[in-house]
Amino acid sequence: MSSGDAALQSSSSKASKKPTYSRFTQQELPACKPILTPELIMAAFIFLGITFIPIGLSHLSASDHVVELIDRYDEDCIPVDNSNSEAAYNKRIGYIQDVKTDKTCTRTLIVPKKMKHPIFVYYQLDDFYQNHRRYVKSRNDEQYRNPAADHKTAHCEPESMNNDNQPIVPCGLIAWSLFNDTYSFSVNGNSLPINKKGIAWESDKTHKFGSKVYPKNFQSRSLIGGAKLNESIPLNQQEDLLVWMRTAALPNFRKLYGRIETDLEANEMIKVVINNNYNTYTFKGKKKLVISTTTWIGGKNDFLGKVYITVGGICLFIAVAFISVYLIRPRPLGDPAYLSWNLDPASN
Amino acid sequence: IVLRGCELRNTKSAIGVAVYTGKETKAMLNNSEIIYLSIFLVTLCTVVCISHGVWLIKHKDELDLIQFYRKKDYSGSEVENYEYYGWGMEIFFVFLMSVIVFQVMIPISLYISMELVRVGQAYFMIQDDRMFDEATNSRFQCRALNINEDLGQIKYVFSDKTGTLTENKMEFQCASIGGVDYDNGKASSEDGGIEYSSAQVDGVTLRPKMSVKVDIELLNLSKTKDTDEGKHIRDFFLALATCNTIVPLTIESSDPAVKLIEYQGESPDEQALVYAAASYGFMLIERTSGHIVVDIQGERQRFNVLGMHEFDSDRKRMSVILGFPDNTVKLYVKGADTSMFNVLNNSSNTNNNIIKPTQAHLHSYSSKGLRTLVIAARELTLSEFQHWQSSYESANNALMGRSNLLRKIAVNIENNLGLLGASGIEDKLQEGVPEAIESLRMAGIKVWVLTGDKQETAVSIGYSSKLLTNEMTRIVINNNSKDSCKRSLEDALGVCKKVKNGVSGAVNSQLALIIDGSSLVYVLDTELEEQLFELASKCDVVLCCRVAPLQKAGIVALIKKRTDDMTLAIGDGANDVSMIQRADVGIGISGQEGRQAVMASDFAMGQFRFLVPLLLVHGHWNYQRMSYMILYNFYRNAVFVLILFWYVLFTGFTLTTAITDWSSMLYSIIYTSLPTIVVGILDKDLSRATLLKHPQLYGAGQRNESYNGKLFWVTIFDTLWQSIAVFFVPLVAYWASNVDGSSLGDLWTIAVVVLVNLHLAMDLFRWYWITHAAIWGSIIATFVCVMVIDALPFLPGYCKIFVQYYRPNDIQIAREAEKFEDSRVSRQVQIEMTRFRDPLTQLV
Repeated sequence: MSSGDAALQSSSSKASKKPTYSRFTQQELPACKPILTPELIMAAFIFLGITFIPIGLSHLSASDHVVELIDRYDEDCIPVDNSNSEAAYNKRIGYIQDVKTDKTCTRTLIVPKKMKHPIFVYYQLDDFYQNHRRYVKSRNDEQYRNPAADHKTAHCEPESMNNDNQPIVPCGLIAWSLFNDTYSFSVNGNSLPINKKGIAWESDKTHKFGSKVYPKNFQSRSLIGGAKLNESIPLNQQEDLLVWMRTAALPNFRKLYGRIETDLEANEMIKVVINNNYNTYTFKGKKKLVISTTTWIGGKNDFLGKVYITVGGICLFIAVAFISVYLIRPRPLGDPAYLSWNLDPASN
Repeated sequence: IVLRGCELRNTKSAIGVAVYTGKETKAMLNNSEIIYLSIFLVTLCTVVCISHGVWLIKHKDELDLIQFYRKKDYSGSEVENYEYYGWGMEIFFVFLMSVIVFQVMIPISLYISMELVRVGQAYFMIQDDRMFDEATNSRFQCRALNINEDLGQIKYVFSDKTGTLTENKMEFQCASIGGVDYDNGKASSEDGGIEYSSAQVDGVTLRPKMSVKVDIELLNLSKTKDTDEGKHIRDFFLALATCNTIVPLTIESSDPAVKLIEYQGESPDEQALVYAAASYGFMLIERTSGHIVVDIQGERQRFNVLGMHEFDSDRKRMSVILGFPDNTVKLYVKGADTSMFNVLNNSSNTNNNIIKPTQAHLHSYSSKGLRTLVIAARELTLSEFQHWQSSYESANNALMGRSNLLRKIAVNIENNLGLLGASGIEDKLQEGVPEAIESLRMAGIKVWVLTGDKQETAVSIGYSSKLLTNEMTRIVINNNSKDSCKRSLEDALGVCKKVKNGVSGAVNSQLALIIDGSSLVYVLDTELEEQLFELASKCDVVLCCRVAPLQKAGIVALIKKRTDDMTLAIGDGANDVSMIQRADVGIGISGQEGRQAVMASDFAMGQFRFLVPLLLVHGHWNYQRMSYMILYNFYRNAVFVLILFWYVLFTGFTLTTAITDWSSMLYSIIYTSLPTIVVGILDKDLSRATLLKHPQLYGAGQRNESYNGKLFWVTIFDTLWQSIAVFFVPLVAYWASNVDGSSLGDLWTIAVVVLVNLHLAMDLFRWYWITHAAIWGSIIATFVCVMVIDALPFLPGYCKIFVQYYRPNDIQIAREAEKFEDSRVSRQVQIEMTRFRDPLTQLV
């Protein structure tokens, strides 16, 4: 009998198409089945609430420690009244486009609180769409990187060739519109040095811009977009350019101008001499000078702290609301009596 | 219709029309959401291009100064435009560009992942060892890959009977002879029977092809020729062996000395009876129109067939008149119990003694689901016989109304019969059919049985498979004209109303509709269809008997035309093909009756009972997984597109994308696709055991609970607000700061990927190690990809976002955005799970 059985089995197993058993094929893999119980949810919300609120508070206090000076100078540094009339507008443009006039402008800032070094100096442009599609695309990274590729000016139109059909290095509208206001600081008559080294990204200097690529034919056409470049300095040393070329994400943006490496005491008067060259008047943009310290959250920013506190507060509120609902109308979890067909006797 | 995958052979040319294409494909019919999404996409694009147009017009004067529009060289006299085509064309280009940028919205990747998921689901269905049929050694087969999720939404099951519910094997089970119940269940022994169930003919042993279990007591009794009891029994078996239309065929067997007799006939019941008679030693060996040869326990006897009245549905019986070798003439009648008891001889005492117990036995047989037949006989006197013979011959020769005449004669002669006994034949149900039907009905699936068999058979199978129960109110419609059909339909509707209204307090409000094919002729494709549908939808059980194959399809169409409910047809034979093709889901039983049904089907399996795991378990899973996956895909793509869209609003409507093109491309390929697919294949909301325990859970699919318009809009709303949170929190945080485009873009990329993957993670029911790997792996892969994309110098934006001194900021914001979402998602899930709907929804 046993031999017959075995023979039967062997013959059937040879032909059998029975799926071989495994936990995977039978979909019986071990699994963790988290169920969101009311206790778990309440705990989670309370946890979120009590972690977020301190985070938010620390953000706010950090932001509070940041000392930030913002000075909008585009309106005051121009001898034209800031009315919206057509005439004023034309006058402003005439002033800024005139190469011969001296555009220096002196501003005085008062340090409200002690500022510890390093103090960052930014320029801020508002309503400048550095993220306009055509603007963003108007560059050629290969030309900037490779000294042998100065003729590669694809995408750089219309700033690709000068009038003698020589390639412009660096080509493109971004480089062409390089910001060219300059600032010089002095405190109590002593000039305050600004460190302009190391303001660009390290990776830009080492990889993206070549150390043997020198500016050529830059700003040589009749339309001048912005700053000129020293042709004896390779592109990767032109840190202002590098900062500028890293196009801003948003229409209101700041760019690093330099660092002040000394502390500033409270109530000190800073005299800033501005060369107001950059034309934001045609598109009615704003120019601001920003001097700021940093903390671990970066610059002054209350928003994040507020968001954290709001979310934390909402979490706590929900937790409380949920607990009260839970206490008023508890439902035992997994009670089969609550299944819909058990609730409704008519359906059975 | 030539289905996909069919091959035409030996055909020189064919003219074809492609059907079910374009709008009629399942994808289009099922996904009206695609249209919404397209509208959504077009809306986004239109908003962008209109805003752009407005911007252009508003800044018309300044355009001259914008270098990328005007190639103005003030030194030269000529002023030429540089890629500025007038605002009309500009808008048009912006529109086209936005279509390209936002095309992630249309979930093309969804179709690819859906296909992959379906393949995975099919793999698991095939591999399921609970759907493996040992008997035929056949696995479950998926022949269509695109309707896995429909299995979770079936509302109507149309089932063939023979070969689907039953094994298509009739088996003689028990007999009541002379008022004594011989149930061979109690003392069955095959060995005892076999020696007698063979006959020697010219040195060759004949043996019936199938042997039946034999009751030894009965067998021994049948051998005693002298007693009354023995005579009765011998008469009974003789009637079984002769009163039929079976033709015996001898076929060779492996042993040359033994030949097998195979009985062929149109009725499987008769086959079973003849095999049974043969097992008891009454072996039918030969039949011609004139005579019958029966081997009676080794002794060959020849009977003349003097006349035969075939079965008809009015009389519900058949009879044969045999001339015995000793010149006596006997009439044997066999028929349904209802028709037989009227024609029995009530005056005879012995007969009356038998009738009562036989009726009792019949009742117990039929309640067991056996098919019963009553056998009776009468010895004809010579005058009776001669009278009958003359009228039989004249009727046979009549040109007009022959069948009517014959029937009259039959009625005349079939009376005053002596009851011999009754037989119980089991139409063997497949294993587990009653349980399966029970489960399906509990799951809210309406089971309709469509069979070609006659009504009695269908009803008895209905009982044995628990489709029909004694508490049900039966509505029977048998009609031969349109008017009467209409009347009975109206009556039935009346009954229906009465039962549903009047008996609301009573236990029984279940209705069963039994309708036959001849009535259906007048109903289908006429205005009565509507009434039938109304009636049928009120009935819990519908049995259709004597239906032609095309009518089966007609009934399926009746339902499909009027409801959106999913229909499933299951059958095994060629006569079910039309029905299988017509239904939304066609299932073929790979049984005895050839392969046509399997070839036409979407799925094929070995047994009817596999329908339960297929629908309740796999169908439920597939439906739930697929619908979640579709919704999730919409959500995932829409979040991404909306983030692109919000950014466009801050770039002068010029379609600059902060997120790199590579990331947009990889988003639905690497960043987020794998978890979806894994979840679509593996996630299980409930375990197999739970689903089988509570078949009612299947109702979720029938009610479209996991995928409906409301959920779709909820998802879209969800998407909207999550994208706003993810986009605007970093935006406001970085407003007027020195962040550059690609850093912020990468932040958004990572935030959105983490967000959608976490969203998926929170909606998961089961965490396998595979799920863990897929979700966390995707997030890690995203980080790697973003870094690689940024590091490759030819790709825009070389930045090490996380090494600069903004580092805390980035991480804070990313985390912040995620957490923000986390809490929200968990809130939502929580509400759904605990059902504190009213108070909390207001709170949130």
